[in-house]
Amino acid sequence: MSSDTFGDFEHLLKRALTPVEPPADLGLRLESTLTELTELAQDELESWELGAMRDPRNWVRPVAAAAIGTTAGAALVLLRVRQQHRRRAARSSGPIDLAERTLHAVADETRRILDR
Amino acid sequence: MPDADKAKRDADFAELYRAHLKDVYSYAYYRVGNHHDAEDLTEQTFLQAYRHFERAQAESDGRPMRPWLIRIAHNLAANLYRDRSRKPQTSIEDSETLSATHTTEDLVEGRDELARILEGVKELPDDRREALIMRFALGMDNREIARAMGRTDGATKVLLHRAIKQLEEIVATQSGGR
Repeated sequence: MSSDTFGDFEHLLKRALTPVEPPADLGLRLESTLTELTELAQDELESWELGAMRDPRNWVRPVAAAAIGTTAGAALVLLRVRQQHRRRAARSSGPIDLAERTLHAVADETRRILDR
Repeated sequence: MPDADKAKRDADFAELYRAHLKDVYSYAYYRVGNHHDAEDLTEQTFLQAYRHFERAQAESDGRPMRPWLIRIAHNLAANLYRDRSRKPQTSIEDSETLSATHTTEDLVEGRDELARILEGVKELPDDRREALIMRFALGMDNREIARAMGRTDGATKVLLHRAIKQLEEIVATQSGGR
């Protein structure tokens, strides 16, 4: 095989494996979740074990049925979830429980807005 | 940790997320072969990355964090297959992938050829396929790929060379048979 042939093939390979744009709703959903996680206090995060919620479909996937739609919608979700943070913290049995309640709240609020 | 440190760390993570969402999604898509699992894999990757970001940032010593992110995605994808005891159900569906990821100009110029290449990528051993995805879909250099795959730079160079050579042979065989 000549180096030219190899170069041509690599060019074709680059065209075949073109980068894939993530769906817009994935970005919004993920940003909402991550933003909410950053609101958790450090001591809450330290004992947060991902294993407790290994499959995100359990708490986020229901939202995937439709896009949040607008940035304003996502902002509203976050605002409402943040407003309810103290109540969730009071009810939770521990940091893991709080993290799970928070993630459920993000999904619930998003669903509520989408159902309007 | 003081609030200021956490705020800085969160800001750094947000930057990492914005810079590499497309990379992680592209890797996930070509790795698992469909958008549904790729979305799940991308979500899990960033959640796990956030969980371990502080330590990873400290250990990175200023080096790029992308290989670390892709390595998380790689490990999670391996777990996904182990849990389900299966390979991708719809591995890089050629027609769907081509229309979803390529420009009209690309398709007009060589749809068959690109489809044959994607078909060939599916047939490669996992490590060779992954190396090609990292190089060509994500544009990672040998050093980054080596870090993501836990190999030496030299071993990675050899791996890539063999992957390209094997793929070219597969494509040539496919073309010869048509």
